Amino acid sequence: MKVALIDYGAGNLHSCGKALERALAANGMAGTVEVGAKPEVIGAADAIVLPGDGAFKDCRDELAAVSGLEQALHEAVRVKARPFLGICVGMQLLADIGEERGETAGLGWIPGRVVALDPAERHLKVPHMGWNTLESRGSHPVLKDVPFGEQALHAYFLHSFHLLPRHAGDLLAIADYGGPVSAIVGRENIVGTQFHPEKSQQLGLRLLQNFLAWRP
Amino acid sequence: MSLKVRVIPCLDVKDGRVVKGVQFVDLVDAGDPVESARAYDAAGADELCFLDITASHENRGTILDVVRRTAENCFMPVTVGGGVRAVADIRALMLAGADKVSINTAAVKDRAIVGRAAEKFGAQAIVVAIDAKKVSEPGENDRWEIFTHGGRNHTGLDAIEYAREVADLGAGEILLTSMDRDGTKAGFDLALTRTIAEAVTIPVVASGGVGTLDHLVEGIKVGKASAVLAASIFHFGTFTIGEAKNHMARAGLPVRLDGIAG
Repeated sequence: MKVALIDYGAGNLHSCGKALERALAANGMAGTVEVGAKPEVIGAADAIVLPGDGAFKDCRDELAAVSGLEQALHEAVRVKARPFLGICVGMQLLADIGEERGETAGLGWIPGRVVALDPAERHLKVPHMGWNTLESRGSHPVLKDVPFGEQALHAYFLHSFHLLPRHAGDLLAIADYGGPVSAIVGRENIVGTQFHPEKSQQLGLRLLQNFLAWRP
Repeated sequence: MSLKVRVIPCLDVKDGRVVKGVQFVDLVDAGDPVESARAYDAAGADELCFLDITASHENRGTILDVVRRTAENCFMPVTVGGGVRAVADIRALMLAGADKVSINTAAVKDRAIVGRAAEKFGAQAIVVAIDAKKVSEPGENDRWEIFTHGGRNHTGLDAIEYAREVADLGAGEILLTSMDRDGTKAGFDLALTRTIAEAVTIPVVASGGVGTLDHLVEGIKVGKASAVLAASIFHFGTFTIGEAKNHMARAGLPVRLDGIAG
């Protein structure tokens, strides 16, 4: 299979690419990870991954600045319904609106807003930075055998904002940090993780393997 | 709460090799950084910190190459610092695979770089490294000031005011090193750590002085740090990451024990 890893100047491409290759191999799948933003690469991909490290507005501007990228993503993800994974800000960009440093319109693929974390306990620091456990909020092929629960494996988070989906059914998993933090969202052929699966060792590898095997 | 406190081995990298000194001088070779990173990843470290202490700016390519090879070979987050002068340096490190970039002297010289960097890369990616030294006399109220250039230059800046200022500008984390304790194995400066941790709403990483596993526990319990950083005790095999984390767990701290034998 061909996996397109979108390069729009805002993402941990090296780590994501290596983790995806490792997940392909763990699945016993022959495949390649192509890093780029060319419409023909996206058009030919069997699965698409949008990473993202940075501020929402800056990433949104970078995405919009790459000629033809949004149109190619729209056709592959919205029209042809190819499986799509957004990571961190790549997940947040799926929302209607991001509130980081002013309001910025997102892609609007998962209805909702990206809002600042505001943990109920005052001593909890923001950013939410480090390893946390996950709690499942739904069933989904990408969640299969992902180790959920307080005693299970951890995922690596590094963020100050999170996506609050308008529809409760779009929230697939949370972490607890002075209240629920959106950890995995999904709608139709689209999923997103707030944490970094490429940095989350076995748990991250499991999720990436599931994503690559998913045929929505 | 289920966020875990972090244990972070730190690699001081000079001309592409890991080194370790005492109070920032007398450097001893401690190995290949990529091999060290891979070993720490396998051992269950929560993050890795690279500090490029190469004196000249001409060797930037070396650290970029080390970061790239490390990010490719391990699946834990990496913070890189040392010699970051401009937003372009941060971008180059992020593209090479750094998850967070730490700014030290550049932020002291021009505080605005913190705001510009946070706007570009998000607060979560921007660490401000503070090297602080106690300047109060015995009997006076504790007072710490900022030093730069590996402790050689005294800036006269108050450490608490500076920490608040960089946090307000958009830093996502403070890497706090006690110059008095660095390399001494006498434990963190707990008064300094707690004072800064309570002054800001962003995570503080305690650094400088770890010699025993109890020091790690104190850094969190007494110093109120979100993470503890150590170099010598791990590099020279005094303790493993697993021993450190098991000790912290027995002391009642929430730690990630994925893949670590009890």
